[in-house]
Amino acid sequence: MKKHLSLIISSLLVLVLVVMALFAPWLAPHDPYTTDIANKLQGFSMQYPLGTDHLGRCVLSRLLYGTRTSLLLASGVLFITLIISIIVGCLAGYIGGLVDLVLMRICDVLLSIPDFIFALVIVGALGGGIKNMFVAISFVSWVGFARIIRNMVRSLKESTYVQYARLTGVPKRKIIRRHILPFVFPQIFLLKLIGLGSTILLISELSFLGLGVTAPMAEWGMMINDSKTYLMSEPTLMFIPGIMISLTVLIFNWFGDALRTAMDAKI
Amino acid sequence: MFAFFVKRLVSMLLALFGITIIAFGLIRFIPVDPVEAYFTINQIPATEEAMTSMREDMGLDQPLGTQYIVWLSHALQLDFGTSFVSKKAVATELFQRFETTFLLAVTALVIIIVSSLTIGIWSASKNSGWLDWLTRTAIFTIASMPSFWLAFLFIYTVALKWGVLPLMGWGSFAHVILPSITLALGFIPYYIRLIRSSMREEMKKPHVLFARARGVKETVILRTHIFKGILPQLITSLAMTCGGLLGGAAIIENVFAISGVGHFIVEAMLARDYAVLQAFIVIIGGLYIIVNFIADILCAVIDPRVRLKGGAL
Repeated sequence: MKKHLSLIISSLLVLVLVVMALFAPWLAPHDPYTTDIANKLQGFSMQYPLGTDHLGRCVLSRLLYGTRTSLLLASGVLFITLIISIIVGCLAGYIGGLVDLVLMRICDVLLSIPDFIFALVIVGALGGGIKNMFVAISFVSWVGFARIIRNMVRSLKESTYVQYARLTGVPKRKIIRRHILPFVFPQIFLLKLIGLGSTILLISELSFLGLGVTAPMAEWGMMINDSKTYLMSEPTLMFIPGIMISLTVLIFNWFGDALRTAMDAKI
Repeated sequence: MFAFFVKRLVSMLLALFGITIIAFGLIRFIPVDPVEAYFTINQIPATEEAMTSMREDMGLDQPLGTQYIVWLSHALQLDFGTSFVSKKAVATELFQRFETTFLLAVTALVIIIVSSLTIGIWSASKNSGWLDWLTRTAIFTIASMPSFWLAFLFIYTVALKWGVLPLMGWGSFAHVILPSITLALGFIPYYIRLIRSSMREEMKKPHVLFARARGVKETVILRTHIFKGILPQLITSLAMTCGGLLGGAAIIENVFAISGVGHFIVEAMLARDYAVLQAFIVIIGGLYIIVNFIADILCAVIDPRVRLKGGAL
């Protein structure tokens, strides 16, 4: 029990975040989009627990909806890149030869551009907005994993049980589905989970620059960007979303780390 | 050594070639027509006639292969066309701002190297789980904070509240301090941990024990035996960090209102200035690839094992 304490606490915290995201409409005391200029830039109060922003919107409600935005986007990226990297990794690793050579050279080139800069340029080319940011982040996130999967598949292909399946004439698709994926999938999923924190960070960075989530949608990075004009008079508007981003990323990183430690111990 | 050099050179050239394909392809395969974008940006009524003549001017009516070769031959001479917005040569616009970004990134790199080496080496000589825990917690916490938020925190406390350093802008050395510390901070805990753990690893090796048994001075052991052992890994990581610094600079420059490449590029993106985008990815991507190539070669010079392993294939 004590060995898994870190895992238990962190997964509970992840659960809290998920609940916040799922039940934001019920948890939020106000509508996050209703502007009320008469009540702008209010401090903490019973009615607005975390005050209001420059348009009189409830900060707590926007924070809760922001959890939704970040988690939804990040898990979307996780699933899309999981699919792409598994397809590319299996193709390159199992078929090998020219397919492998071409795919891996492409990965080499894509990996040779720093992640953030690459995402920035793709968003720049496609134009800002939530959809294009999603495409850009997904596009830069699959590459490294495809390479890891390819190496795993390559070594699995040489294992005796796969060789036996091949000899007895089991079709390629079935070998991949039945004999290779069940081994590859959990490990890649774990690695993806560990990377979730950095995806959330990337989302907030792009939104902060005005290239991601567009107004009026609630997003933490954008909330910080909105608050910069009021840095002197209303610093809490800047503190709060930042604390929220940091805590979320911290929780996911911690969760990933604890999960990895637990898995390593098991293996 | 020669085989290793050739092999790395070939893969570097391949990567550079790939970058130009990406830069060229990025603009061609997006659903937006650059000519139409040009007209929209400059608020020129987009008549069919005007757009066709513009396409001919830009050579967009040629086959893709020809377009690429023409574009590449210009790009190799650092001619990336003119900015849609300012109508100046893109390369001039970028290089003009490059000095600022370079100063920012290099200062951050120096801060990273100096602070992490000092703390890393000091902590490696201490044998305690407490230090491990501390660096681990520091990495976790700092890695979770978005750099733009940290920047605002610094602006608020150091510049606004205490008034120690200038708030924003660029000009004197005092202006460089806050942005470069913010930029460096995210990387420092990682390096401390890297240096500490790899030094401790190195200390356990027999050649260090033997040197100690021979009565070689501790400082000499540190310099010639331990430090040399961790150097290749350190160089490789630092080269990778260069990419992270350039990306981070884009954010930091925006927060501190510094007119560097990063600030310029984000503005170009919001204005959909495609020529700038292409030039940026070729120059920054190319630079990053070359830095990594140099790092690889340096490692091979320092550590023969690298070149033997890499050259054999």
